[in-house]
Amino acid sequence: MKFAIVTFPGSNCDYDAYRAIVDHLGCEAEYVWHKETGLRGADVVILPGGFSYGDYLRSGAIARFSPVMREVIAHAKRGAPVLGICNGFQIACEAGLLPGALMRNRSLQFVSAAVRIRVEKASTMFTNLYREGEELLVPVAHGDGRYVAATETLDRIEGEGQVVFRYVENPNGSERDIAGIMNEAGNVVGLMPHPERAMELELGSTDGLRFFESLLAGVAA
Amino acid sequence: MARFRVAVHITPRKGLLDPQGQAVAGALHSLGFSGVSAAHVGRYIVLETEAESASAAGAEVKAMCGKLLANPVTEDFEIEPATPL
Repeated sequence: MKFAIVTFPGSNCDYDAYRAIVDHLGCEAEYVWHKETGLRGADVVILPGGFSYGDYLRSGAIARFSPVMREVIAHAKRGAPVLGICNGFQIACEAGLLPGALMRNRSLQFVSAAVRIRVEKASTMFTNLYREGEELLVPVAHGDGRYVAATETLDRIEGEGQVVFRYVENPNGSERDIAGIMNEAGNVVGLMPHPERAMELELGSTDGLRFFESLLAGVAA
Repeated sequence: MARFRVAVHITPRKGLLDPQGQAVAGALHSLGFSGVSAAHVGRYIVLETEAESASAAGAEVKAMCGKLLANPVTEDFEIEPATPL
């Protein structure tokens, strides 16, 4: 299985994602520059964390119009997996791949901490190796992580089971403690926490490992 | 074609939690401006653009707001009348 890690000017978690995929998962990964117009035959696209375009205008707002995003959107529409982590989640929302948006943290402060999140849905291609209700320790590092959506949208995604992760203790004021969601089809997932930074004990947690291993099992299945 | 100046006010969508606005209102209260009941912090974007007419310039900026300048989920926008440059 081959991964494309999209790099925008200002991405800074692209190497963390690369290391997770290549060193821990043993899969092939290639960086794809945001100006490219293809995905180099990748099966899975990762939109990594960072501060694409310096977060100008709104987080993710300008990256969403990078040339490569046309391909990423087409990839998602074909039902192929797209994973947005942190800034990647913001970009996926701006691109309309996921409902809602991410706004300034309620505290107005950047939050950099290991947080507990609960697996709300374990029957996705990204979470099938977790148990529903299981708590994971995963780092967050964001200033604009407060998930918001219209009440009807929130009710709909709750009803359709699109909430994948919830914070145990909400670090940013997200509506309904939402930490990660998926689209209706289940092939696009976005989350603010960083599973790719929870891959080795030296970094404080290995709870992110099964996220990527799930993908391997889920996509192969 | 003529050149126009069009300005857009973008503010957090009414009803959504606006912690930045609350912080500003709180600071104003502590300075003694007790009459302030709310503050909202947004963006002010000034565009210089070419169009057939002032109304065409306004319509184009409205399309820009829908696509890029404002997020329809979280923000409201108000476009000032276009003025010739």
